Amino acid sequence: MANFFSSRDSCPAVKNILLLDSEGKRVVVKYYSDEWPTNSAKLAFEKSLFTKTLKSNARVEEITMFDDNIVIYKFVQDLHFYVTGGDEDNELILASVLQGFFDAVALLLRNTVDKREALENLDLIYLCLDEIVDQGMILETDTSVIAGKVAIQSLDAGAPLSEQTISQALATAREHLARTLLK
Amino acid sequence: MAQPLVKKDDDRDDEAEYSPFLGIEKGAVLQEARAFNDPQLDARRCSQVITKLLYLLNQGETFTKIEATEVFFSVTKLFQSRDIGLRRMVYLMIKELSPSADEVIIVTSSLMKDMNSKTDMYRANAIRVLCRITDGTLLTQIERYLKQAIVDKNPVIASAALVSGIHLLQTNPEIVKRWSNEVQEAVQSRAALVQFHALALLHQIRQNDRLAVSKLVTSLTRGSVRSPLAQCLLIRYTSQVIRESASNTQTGDRPFYDFLESCLRHKAEMVIFEAARAITELNGVTTRELTPAITVLQLFLSSSKPVLRFAAVRTLNKVAMTHPMAVTNCNIDMESLISDQNRSIATLAITTLLKTGNESSVDRLMKQITNFMSDIADEFKIVVVDAIRSLCLKFPLKYRSLMNFLSNILREEGGFEYKKAIVDSIVILIRDIPDAKESGLLHLCEFIEDCEFSYLSTQILHFLGIEGPKTSDPSKYIRYIYNRVHLENATVRASAVSTLAKFGAMVDSLKPRIFVLLRRCLYDSDDEVRDRATLYLNTLDGEGAVVESDKDVKEFLFGSLDVPLVNLETSLKNYVPSEESFDIHSVPKEIKTQPLAEKKAPGKKPTGLDAPPSGPTSTVDAYERLLSSVPEFASFGRLFKSSAPVELTEAETEYAVNVVKHIFDRHVVFQYNCTNTIPEQLLENVTVIVDASDAEEFSEVASKPLRSLPYDSPGQTFVAFEKPEGVPAVGKFSNMLRFIVREVDPTTGEPEDDGVEDEYQLEDLEVVSADYVLKVGVSNFRNAWESMDPDNEKIDEYGLGLRENLTEAVNAVINLLGMQPCEGTEVVPSNSRSHTCLLSGVYIGDVRVLVRLQFGIDSQKEVAMKLAVRSEDIAVSEAIHDIVASG
Repeated sequence: MANFFSSRDSCPAVKNILLLDSEGKRVVVKYYSDEWPTNSAKLAFEKSLFTKTLKSNARVEEITMFDDNIVIYKFVQDLHFYVTGGDEDNELILASVLQGFFDAVALLLRNTVDKREALENLDLIYLCLDEIVDQGMILETDTSVIAGKVAIQSLDAGAPLSEQTISQALATAREHLARTLLK
Repeated sequence: MAQPLVKKDDDRDDEAEYSPFLGIEKGAVLQEARAFNDPQLDARRCSQVITKLLYLLNQGETFTKIEATEVFFSVTKLFQSRDIGLRRMVYLMIKELSPSADEVIIVTSSLMKDMNSKTDMYRANAIRVLCRITDGTLLTQIERYLKQAIVDKNPVIASAALVSGIHLLQTNPEIVKRWSNEVQEAVQSRAALVQFHALALLHQIRQNDRLAVSKLVTSLTRGSVRSPLAQCLLIRYTSQVIRESASNTQTGDRPFYDFLESCLRHKAEMVIFEAARAITELNGVTTRELTPAITVLQLFLSSSKPVLRFAAVRTLNKVAMTHPMAVTNCNIDMESLISDQNRSIATLAITTLLKTGNESSVDRLMKQITNFMSDIADEFKIVVVDAIRSLCLKFPLKYRSLMNFLSNILREEGGFEYKKAIVDSIVILIRDIPDAKESGLLHLCEFIEDCEFSYLSTQILHFLGIEGPKTSDPSKYIRYIYNRVHLENATVRASAVSTLAKFGAMVDSLKPRIFVLLRRCLYDSDDEVRDRATLYLNTLDGEGAVVESDKDVKEFLFGSLDVPLVNLETSLKNYVPSEESFDIHSVPKEIKTQPLAEKKAPGKKPTGLDAPPSGPTSTVDAYERLLSSVPEFASFGRLFKSSAPVELTEAETEYAVNVVKHIFDRHVVFQYNCTNTIPEQLLENVTVIVDASDAEEFSEVASKPLRSLPYDSPGQTFVAFEKPEGVPAVGKFSNMLRFIVREVDPTTGEPEDDGVEDEYQLEDLEVVSADYVLKVGVSNFRNAWESMDPDNEKIDEYGLGLRENLTEAVNAVINLLGMQPCEGTEVVPSNSRSHTCLLSGVYIGDVRVLVRLQFGIDSQKEVAMKLAVRSEDIAVSEAIHDIVASG
């Protein structure tokens, strides 16, 4: 895995994706690089990154250099989204990962993007991250595809017929919403 | 007591409203996980429990081995449920738990079933989970499915298999490499991400095969790539091919440049940027090639997206280091970025402007920066300070405004690193721009009046002691220095005392006043301060018996300690108090190369312990002991230098031989270290036949054969030569290993009775000038340089011809001279156009030599060098020039 992150000529790689709250506490974090081997190293990174970016008003994707890494971030309500990559990487590719993550979360939370909603649908966010990056390799950045893959999960195969149609309807509605939002 | 408790509960209620996980506890959740074993599975409830488990892990909670195993086993039960949502959570949980090999077996069959399921979502996820937790043996079982999956028409499945392949390539390359054909097919996929993943995997499979990569690039650049991400990869691979082929094509158009240039017109911004960056990073890029890339980056500078502005300005900043003229077109856009909301962008813009700006724009720029400095963080300020320092060196006439700027920011608030950067910059300016000296010193004096960092105060005091006495009016600094004795802590007081003494030694008119001040220090509360004051009073007095002459005083005050501190420390530790006083000249001056010494340390322990306290047990000692044990060499006198081992055979040959060159005043001894790597052979009477016909000044005087050389236990044979005394004679020697081979019976280990004479050709060996120079560093090069007689200086210029970059040229000269680089000057900042390197060493005959090398490289990569040598003997200075001239 270390190999995967080291070579300049290799693929663009994501080192971590963080979702913190307005106090810098973890909502969801996912580390792909072994640059931060222990939990305390991870917490220290989150804390200093949070403090450093706190003052900026990142309504749109903002960017900073941090410890020889590039961090792209965006804040909405009480949620702070971060994507970290190596300093040799293409900033715009990392930005597309953040954008994919953020928009997919917004879709899945039906546009109520705040900490409470996120915690209540934490399973969706875990699945969402799982569909975006696999061990550092970008898996998908297209919002509707990501949200679509996660939303399929709510389609309950074992449920009784009546319930299934409801959830199916819900899924269709979500996908519809996805399309309208994207246009 | 009850009051605060209630209040706490209230707080909790508030928070509980917005976290469903408040008060969550590992023990309780693990209890809840028992629901997984229920015969009537409640899918929704199980999903919630898994979410809680994942939440705990994500918050940094850890499970013990037993807990993890328990959770894993109950999670595997959930494969019975047909609920898709729950199944997805099960996949996540398995990945998160990363089960051990014996646990993996339990889920393998369930996952393999999912992998062949009709539900595509199951298949894709099962592939990713299985590949994540699998080992080599299992992989061969599922290989067939994975190959199918790669070419599956569902892009999700194909991507899952390809990405898994990329990760598996690290651990099981031989298996993944067999999928080449399928991967190649997937590169042609219509799905964007599949194409990206397939291209990444295909390149990694072939990355060691240059030709294959080149073919891949050639075929794909003709335009079948749709995905922007894949296009970015292709650009990276293309520039890699360009880099590797660059050396072959000296003339004509660069291959693939047209492709890169066409990518600048791509519709995706990430591709445009990747291409622009690739062009700016081409080796020896020309202005014509750069222009289109700079143009698109300039457009990005005024984008509304911060990421785009940042990417563009960061790239332009790098270009400005090598091609400042190419970036000047962007200066207007760049200036508007100084007020950018994003401080990273603003800092990059400023530093770029500082690199590209011309002399007339300096003042305007400084005004803009002053406003900007107050609201950026220290780390950005340091970057700006560094840029200003190099600007000042570029335009020395502008030192006044730049020095003012530095002194202003020095007075403002700031952390240690920032202040240190400013002080360092001022010191460098004082050193390099004579006009700036007096004002710079006064700024530093004012700074130490109110400086909270002892380290900086002592550094500045030391610097003042050297530079202050040489100014037109040294007396004005005395007040600042003596204030330290009243106001500061003991460390700073002590260094203030030393500085005062230096003024006293250099400026006769101040001597009486300094004496008064130093005498006051005799009543200081700190030992060190009193000791120093006493010592200096006695040395300066002239009547004390400590030193004899004026010259000695200066030598004592200003001279540098010419022994490495590590060696001094070891010597002092080994020194046993006795009648004989400690002699600093007994400390070895050779800087030992750390890794080598460490490697050899275990083997030498026994000798190290009972060795006389003559300093660290370096390799030199070991060689000296080894050589003195040979009676033939006992008369050669003191060993001057031993070279590092030079290999005379290729790796993995029958006999491994390397040689160490030992240099004496009138002799050279070659020590051949031989190793026999054939278990079935015993070598006897091993000698090396040396042909010195290409080395006229050498004549062979002795040879010591090696009696026997059994398998895998190294032995040494020696050959000694006589050469003219003190002369750095050079020459080339060809070597032939001659020995008697006796076959060894592998079963008994007994050698056969009769042996056969045999020979083995070794590579040639050269004695070069560098062998006559010892690597000996100095702690303060400038002081050492100035203490040498300028009459013994020789300066000349040399052209070094075409070189790849300055680093290569610098290393070549260092290796040629075999001297010790000082003060880290052997490191050349990337892309610099000029560089100064300082070297120090001891020439044969124990003559100290200092070398100052100044390199410059022009746009055609032609390197010129100015070589200045000072030494204790003019003949040696000339000899060094001869080495360079003939090298």
